[in-house]
Amino acid sequence: MRDRVRTIVGSMNLLPVPVGGLSDQDNLFDAGMTSFGSVQLMLAVEEEFDIEFPNSLLTRRTFATLGGLISAVEQLASQKV
Amino acid sequence: MNAPGKLVQSPEAFLAALFDESILIKTGVDGLYGRAGVFEEVIDGFEAAVTKMAVGDQATRIHFPPGMPRKNLEKAGYLKSFPQLAGCVHSFMGDNADHAKLVGLIERGEDWTEMQDATEVALTPAACYPLYPTVAAAGPVPEGGRLFDLKSYCFRHEPSKDPARMQLFRMREFVRIGTADEVTSFRATWLERGEKLIASLGLPCVIDVANDPFFGRTGRVMASSQRDQGLKFELLIPVASDENPTACLSFNYHQNHFGSLWGMHFAGGEVAHSACVGFGLERTALALFRHHGTKVDAWPADVRRVLSG
Repeated sequence: MRDRVRTIVGSMNLLPVPVGGLSDQDNLFDAGMTSFGSVQLMLAVEEEFDIEFPNSLLTRRTFATLGGLISAVEQLASQKV
Repeated sequence: MNAPGKLVQSPEAFLAALFDESILIKTGVDGLYGRAGVFEEVIDGFEAAVTKMAVGDQATRIHFPPGMPRKNLEKAGYLKSFPQLAGCVHSFMGDNADHAKLVGLIERGEDWTEMQDATEVALTPAACYPLYPTVAAAGPVPEGGRLFDLKSYCFRHEPSKDPARMQLFRMREFVRIGTADEVTSFRATWLERGEKLIASLGLPCVIDVANDPFFGRTGRVMASSQRDQGLKFELLIPVASDENPTACLSFNYHQNHFGSLWGMHFAGGEVAHSACVGFGLERTALALFRHHGTKVDAWPADVRRVLSG
């Protein structure tokens, strides 16, 4: 799951730097992701994992780091089963 | 004269009182009203007070019409963020046969709007939208940046019985384009000035962090981003409701969003930042009627002095 999330971020040209150079804790907004970029990322992740972020997770914080996003996806995917 | 308290039992009651006193004039469409002379005089007075506060700032004054190029509204991303508010002008572009069909549809009371096509014109949703492409087209932003004084009728499709939520309303706006420091300092100055101005009009107000009404689920993320970064503040005054005060002034920092989008650069190539302060002219006038009553002659002398320049 971690790799799939990283692949999505890397393939979307959301960042001016390679995603491989970022740790799970690095702030994606500080790395150059825009607010619109975070919305595109949200839609792409929902489609890839067939999940829907609840309103409580539709925040800037959810998409601020790869680690945070991966945790949220893992949590939603596990609830789906 | 209606006592101010009686005007605000509900937004609907406030609107009805404004109609009864002929301050606003009904057209049959919610949010689309005529304005009486007395209402316009209050707006003129408020605008004069705003201008007085900005004297010495040497802003470049520009008035765009209430329509703007549709392609610029699209490029600005307005349809991504606020599709529910946008308005696009449509016109008949058919031939004689189409005209006959159009007339027939109207005569039979059927829907004729499909006989119209979108024009190149969209209705301006905020006074500053037409500005940025024209600044970019004028070449590099000079050292020290630029300051503009704008005013426009604006359209937002949000029909409502709340008189403070009109579909066509006027916005006075100052827009600062420059470095991040220059534009955030401009915004800080207006946060202070705005509070002082509204207090001088005898109106209660609070300033709070805010977000724009972004559409849908994706809009929740946008709104969260805007709030977390403190990009938007509003000056709120109880107008049609005490529980939900109305944003009469707003103070926005766009970071380098419009600079990158439209290509507003300094000579050295750095992208310009921008910020704006917007004054909802009808909303502020309504706040004055709400708090001081419908008879302007009976308003406190201090308030009338501020409005008379």
